[in-house]
Formats: sequence, C-alpha cells, structure tokens
Amino acid sequence: MPNLRPHFTLAGLSHGARAALPAFPGFIMFSMAFGTAASQKGLSLAEAFGLSAFVYAGASQMVGLEIWQKVWSPTTILTIMTVTAVVNARMILLGATLHPWLKDEPKLRTALNLFLITDSGWLINTRYYSEGGRDVGILLGSGLALWAVWLIATFAGFFAGALVPEPTRFGLDLVMPIFFGAMLVPLWKGPKPALPWLVAGAVSLAFHTLVPGYLFILAGAVAGVIAGMLIE
Amino acid sequence: MTAIDTLIAGPWGATFAIAAMTVATFLCRIAGMVVMSRVRITPRVERGLRALPGSIILATILPVVLDNGVPAILALSATILAMVLTRLELVGLAAGLGTLSIIRLFGW
Repeated sequence: MPNLRPHFTLAGLSHGARAALPAFPGFIMFSMAFGTAASQKGLSLAEAFGLSAFVYAGASQMVGLEIWQKVWSPTTILTIMTVTAVVNARMILLGATLHPWLKDEPKLRTALNLFLITDSGWLINTRYYSEGGRDVGILLGSGLALWAVWLIATFAGFFAGALVPEPTRFGLDLVMPIFFGAMLVPLWKGPKPALPWLVAGAVSLAFHTLVPGYLFILAGAVAGVIAGMLIE
Repeated sequence: MTAIDTLIAGPWGATFAIAAMTVATFLCRIAGMVVMSRVRITPRVERGLRALPGSIILATILPVVLDNGVPAILALSATILAMVLTRLELVGLAAGLGTLSIIRLFGW
C-alpha cells in the first residue's frame, strides 16, 4: 500500500535521479545545442554557464541568445526579461499542479523544487504522482540530476559542439519530441479526457503557423486547460 | 546617462541580463504555487489542470513532428507502440530513435 500522504525521504533522492534517466538524452542534446549556439554567438563560458545554471529553461535561453547584446541598456534588459517571462509563462501552470503535493513542505525546499521545474522533469513526476507516489525526495532527486546533466552538457556543447557528427543521422534532433510522445502513453485515460489535448494541439499548430517563436507551446497549453475546464 | 545606465552598459551588463532572466523565470516557477495557496480550488480548475500534462505534450510536439514530416510521424508511432507494449520510457525512446535512424539511413 503506497503512502498517500506527502512525505520526504533521502532514499527518494537517488530513486528520483534514476527516474529522470529517460529525460537525459533530450536534456543533453538541447543543452549541448545551447552551449554551441552560445559560443558561436560570442558569449563567454561564464555567461553561457550562468544562463544554464540560473535561468535553466531551454527555450528561453535560446530566445535569449537571439536578442543577446554586446552592450546592454535598461531597455534591452527589460526586453530580455519580458521575452523570458512570456516564453516561460507555462511554468505558472506546472507549478500550480504541484500545490497539493508541496503545500505542507518547508518553504525553502519548495523554493528549490520550484527552481528546478522543467517540462520533462515535471512530466516524469506527474506520472509518479498519478500512480500514487508522494515522496518529495523523488521530485528533488530528479530535479537535481537533470540540472547537473544540463550544466555538464552546456559545458560540453560550448567547447565540443562543432566536433559532434551530424546528430540528425541518429535522430537525435528529434529526441525531445520523441521523449514527450513516450510520456503521453501513461497519461492516456480514454478518449474523453484526451479531448482537451486535441484542442491544445490544434491551437498550438495554428500559433506555430501564424506567430514566430516559441509562443505556440504556451498558447496550446492554455487552450488545453481552458478546454478541460469547459468539458464536463 | 545616469549611474545605472553606465553600470549596465559596462562589463556587468551580461550579469544584469542573466539576473533579469533568472528573476523572470523564477517568478513564473513559483507563481502557480503562490496563487493556488490563496484561491479555493474548484472542481472546474482541477479539471483544467488535469488536462495540462497531455496538453503541454501535444502543444510542444505536434508542430515539430509535422514540420519533420513522415519520418517523424513513423518514429513517434514506433515510440507510442513500444510504450503501449512495455510502459518503459527508455524502450519507447529507443524505438523512436531507432526507427528514425533506420529511415534516415535509407536517405529519406
């Protein structure tokens, strides 16, 4: 009988790190691509590393590179801050779903867990939670492991990005969507609960065609949540 | 130029940019938790949030997969089939990447 009350174990940390393993390939590819792009764009290692360590959100890091400046002004700082907030706004929704799990946790540990939120890590933990798991150690362990992988891969990409042979030959350019697709299967609870997913997909496609950038993810996610609220 | 402008235009500019992006992202990360601890969660809100994981997945992958055409669709199908059979993410991942590399090996 699983312990259905939220709790925290140290053993959960290593279990969580292991649970995050399927997300490693996607993280390595994305973060290496970022490291390579950052070095081509002329960022220093410290800047690329700082972005990966503290911002730690791939899509916004990539967009950030596009509007990166040699000389900054208050206006350009405000611009990059706003763009980052828009690209990462979906995290507001991810964090909201963690509330029942984390509401009685110590504040500092929750802040750390929330700092470590990523789409992939959240999907893994959503599955764990829906199957009855409540150990916050799993959440933290998977978050820490993914963060470490992200940092190492940025470092590797910064120096060795140009040395990696055509990643497309092994399908590695699509490793992230393939991982996401795999995570869809355990979420399937029949066609009716999946109706909002269709709405999300349709809205995302429309945005992707009409609006440049990464906005399609946020638009689709919000549309899916609204559809879920409307469908009885 | 004010003192702040001069400081931001100097060597510390990039640090300010990274800090600004970090603050913006962290606010997004904690906002959902803060809001949920202050509002009463109605069944409607709960239903909406339950639709989120699948919605995020489709919103993220559908445009990317369609942009990449038939090979990507076949790879994704292989992943889903492997997941339905085994429920192991690593197996699903391997099935998808394997399918994609075989298709590309034949020059599609």
